[in-house]
Amino acid sequence: MNDIVVTSRIRLARNLSDVPFTIKMNDYDASNVIDRVRDVILKNKQYHFDFFEIKKLPLIKRQVLIEKHLISPALASSKIKSAVAIDQNENISIMINEEDHLRIQVLYRGQEIQKAWEDANRIDDFLEQHLPYAYDETWGYLTSCPTNVGTGLRASFMLHLPALTLLGYMKGIIDTITKLGIAVRGFYGEGSEAAGNLYQISNQITLGQPEEDIIANVVSITNQIIEQEQQARLRLLSENRAFVEDKVYRAYGILKYARNISSNEALKLISDVRMGISMGIIKETTIDKLDVLLNLIQPAIIQDYFGREMTPEERDIKRAELIRKILE
Amino acid sequence: MLCENCGKRPATVHYTQIINGVKTEMHLCEVCAKQKGSIEFDAPFSVTNFLAGILEPAFGTQVLKPSFEVALTCKGCGMTFDEFRRAGRFGCAMCYSSFSEKLYPIFRRIHGNTKHVGKIPTKMGEDIAIKREIDRLKIELNVAIKNEEYEKAARIRDKIRELEKKLSRE
Repeated sequence: MNDIVVTSRIRLARNLSDVPFTIKMNDYDASNVIDRVRDVILKNKQYHFDFFEIKKLPLIKRQVLIEKHLISPALASSKIKSAVAIDQNENISIMINEEDHLRIQVLYRGQEIQKAWEDANRIDDFLEQHLPYAYDETWGYLTSCPTNVGTGLRASFMLHLPALTLLGYMKGIIDTITKLGIAVRGFYGEGSEAAGNLYQISNQITLGQPEEDIIANVVSITNQIIEQEQQARLRLLSENRAFVEDKVYRAYGILKYARNISSNEALKLISDVRMGISMGIIKETTIDKLDVLLNLIQPAIIQDYFGREMTPEERDIKRAELIRKILE
Repeated sequence: MLCENCGKRPATVHYTQIINGVKTEMHLCEVCAKQKGSIEFDAPFSVTNFLAGILEPAFGTQVLKPSFEVALTCKGCGMTFDEFRRAGRFGCAMCYSSFSEKLYPIFRRIHGNTKHVGKIPTKMGEDIAIKREIDRLKIELNVAIKNEEYEKAARIRDKIRELEKKLSRE
């Protein structure tokens, strides 16, 4: 099992040809797009979508959707009327009036980029039958930002790279792959830090290559990074076994017995334990449990889980409690 | 005043450029200004700061707009090219055709390409196939006319008309 790939994601940016793009939209245009897209989405019999208007959602609920990577922070704080359709399994979300009229996103755990692309492509085909897409023969799908024109496709992987980070190789890797048209971002996307040694890798180029080639390119570079991470882990084990064992067991110990823990500290420790399990050092728990925790420890999701609003201090106590329960 | 670059035509465009606090002035004719202009705006590409690099002149450089240039405006949403350059976002689908000429170098710098080769929406796919066929026939028509094969040319012309009718009907 390859646990270095935490999630796979495909995003397609689409716009309607008969409405100004979001930067030039007024309230009427925004509602128009939402209404039309909602009508079309509800016609789809293959997936069951729930539909939410962002402004009608409480702030905490919006934050939950951000932490689950179902909407972007930009959509949550959008000044214009925006919405999102989310399928029942929470793998697919269609953001309406983000930077583009439509952002079709499919996210799966593990290395499932092909499956994500097939879903996104199928939903795109369906929407296209009922909505006039902004498309040009020469430039392909017309997007709000020139960096997305063409396929409008972003294929990305969330990678867990603790050994490469620990050995200080990440800067060099990032420098190299950005030259190959690949972007590297932190946990929450653009501008965020690689908290918990989680890195998001995605294509930069969207014009002049077919979708399959773009995806294959990201996959191929990701595979090389995975190989390097595996080698780095082997090196850590052969050269610094005692150090690694101490590090991952300390992390496990704190997670298992702490009574008060911040999301940042938890994220770092989960990263260490996750690596420990993957290296065969820790056998007391599983990667699956750690991945559940990776989601649950986040500030809004934890409040959603307990069904009430909490102060940060209260959250830290409840977080420690929840982690202990899951690691039992 | 004659153009500083070619020394032949009269200088009608006057640039003021400030790089790292050093001010230089240039007096050029329209022809040389256009050439220079495109060089000056060619800021180096950087992945992290691509928009600043691509859509704005290089850091520390202020280039005054040549006075002869008429503001390029989108027929669809009224966005000017300058507005697009500042925002880094298009205002509507028509901005692409309105700014068409200026977009090639920008796309080349971002993507290394200026032609979409990916997915074609099925609904539009047929239209695109017809348009491509018309383009091909037009070339064939020119060859036929050049070779004085008028009967063949007439046949091709009819075929083009037929396809064009099909396009407009849809």
